[in-house]
Amino acid sequence: MASMDDMPKSMSKSVTLKTGTANLGDSHIEHKAISRAIWRPRPKRRWLAGRIFFLLTLLSTLIGLISLIFLLESILGQGWDRVSWEFVSSFPSRIASRAGIKAALVGSLYLTGLVALIAIPLGVGAAVYLEEFAADTRLRRMIDVNIANLAGVPSIVYGMLGLMVFVRICAFGHSLLAGACTMSLLILPVIIVTAREALKTVPMGVRLAALGLGATRWQAVRAHVLPTAMPGILTGVILSLSRAVGETAPLLMIGALSYMAFVPESPMDDFTVLPIQIFNWSARPQDEFRVAAAAGIIVLLGVLLTVNACAIFARMRFQRKMQW
Amino acid sequence: MKSVSWTNLSLFALSMMSLSAYGAGLKGAVKIDGSSTVYSISEAVAEDYRNVEKDVKVTIGAAGTGAGYKKFCSNELDVAGGSRPVKPDEVQKCKSSGVDLIELPVAVDGLTVVVNPKNTFVKSLSFEQLKKIWEPGSKIKTWKDLDSSWPDQPIKLFGPSSEHGTFDYFTEIIVGKAKSSRSDYSAASDTNTLVNGVSGDVNSLGYFGYGYYEQSKSKLRALGISKDGKSAPISPDSKTIESGAYPLSRLLFISVNKKSAERPEVDSFVKFYLQSVGGIAKSVGYSALPKAKLEQSVTNYGKRKVGAWQESAH
Repeated sequence: MASMDDMPKSMSKSVTLKTGTANLGDSHIEHKAISRAIWRPRPKRRWLAGRIFFLLTLLSTLIGLISLIFLLESILGQGWDRVSWEFVSSFPSRIASRAGIKAALVGSLYLTGLVALIAIPLGVGAAVYLEEFAADTRLRRMIDVNIANLAGVPSIVYGMLGLMVFVRICAFGHSLLAGACTMSLLILPVIIVTAREALKTVPMGVRLAALGLGATRWQAVRAHVLPTAMPGILTGVILSLSRAVGETAPLLMIGALSYMAFVPESPMDDFTVLPIQIFNWSARPQDEFRVAAAAGIIVLLGVLLTVNACAIFARMRFQRKMQW
Repeated sequence: MKSVSWTNLSLFALSMMSLSAYGAGLKGAVKIDGSSTVYSISEAVAEDYRNVEKDVKVTIGAAGTGAGYKKFCSNELDVAGGSRPVKPDEVQKCKSSGVDLIELPVAVDGLTVVVNPKNTFVKSLSFEQLKKIWEPGSKIKTWKDLDSSWPDQPIKLFGPSSEHGTFDYFTEIIVGKAKSSRSDYSAASDTNTLVNGVSGDVNSLGYFGYGYYEQSKSKLRALGISKDGKSAPISPDSKTIESGAYPLSRLLFISVNKKSAERPEVDSFVKFYLQSVGGIAKSVGYSALPKAKLEQSVTNYGKRKVGAWQESAH
């Protein structure tokens, strides 16, 4: 008897969820739904549909996964033996077995750090302004549309812009700083869009409660809205920084180098990055250089994983702190 | 007579410099960009130069010959690499912005026309046949269109994309006008794509630098080239390319910014470049410059002879 009693209750719960806030507890609708569930079940057909949907989603996951495994397998098979401390700590050479990625690796790390320093404050700042402070005017809506469009602009266009603005007009030269500024522009739209989405998910009640207790807008944003939205913001940051690590075209455009046998020491120094070194090696006629390129890709993947791991660690800390 | 003795003297001085294993303790930077073909030579020179002057920071880009000269003329570089001679308008542009260039040949490359090894009927091609194949609006679709004794099979064409100096050079020599080529071919910016394309298709034909052919000799067959169709075709190898007997051999250049050459580190690097490039060019897949030409490069550089390179009448 107890179980018979339980069933309609749980059913009614699911029905209210489906119908939303309207007709809460309307027994007529509840009854109808239940009777439909009992009297016209077509269980086989529904089971089949559910099964197909499940298989489709599984397939779409697997396609990505399988191609990734295939890629990893071919690269690891080709280049794993080549990865060594010597490979990481020596400069490029015409003799493939002596060639290393020191300059490119340091350049990539340096560039990623600078991009993070420039793009995260700017991106999150812009998102907070647009989401928390800006009035809903025509101008703001125009900015909205433009930012979303900017995220789809080909990266080479940012390279041309960077060459004009940072290399020539700001006279940064072909330096790390010029590269970092260009890359920051490239990933800003993505950071802004994802940060705004994260800010949107913060319940209005949080803001109202803070303001109601006498907090200023700045205090409410700083102490409540931003920390709550931080995990979502960091997801966007992870995705866009990974893109900055792997991107080549805009850097080639602004004149990043292919060969340098020293490590950049300041943001005004010339630089090269891992993707350029990999590209350079994979275009050589000798097979040994393609092995070196594969090894370079493995190191690049390692850098990507490290950057992501740092961001995920930060995200977890924010999520743990956030309890209410 | 006078110039010859000067050349000998300078060569002697250079070899003495290299004998002293330690350098002069120079500092500073040498900025190089330009042709991706010359890049591999410059990279190797820079690598060896580090053993002489380890504190000079040599940086090399591979933006392409045209892009390199653009930077060179806006005074951003000390040395530019070129896989074709500098154009008169480039010299003019440099001059108008106060940059005097000294163009010096450093090595020789042979553009190699290749087919699949399973293709047994084509032994050689003449300039005229190559032009028929590659000119814009070419009607050649099958091997039979080219020679009635050849099979009625479609030709699959592979070549470098238009940003390459190799493309500029080939179209200029064969079609008669730089950058003028039929467009219905598989263009690649990465030469390995061309190598794989030709080695994977029996009816293919492609062209690229000799260095790539040399590394993939088992997968490709190089065709002999005859300039007028009557003379005996000549196959590319290090000897025919070096001597210039192979009709598609071309010079590779560096251009030095005259003002930069006043800086001791640039001067020392360029001298080292000219002195060591013979052996190095071979080690990265190109041919050494004939001795007379190299001597002329050394002389021209010593005199800071401004302008495009001109072969002196001996």
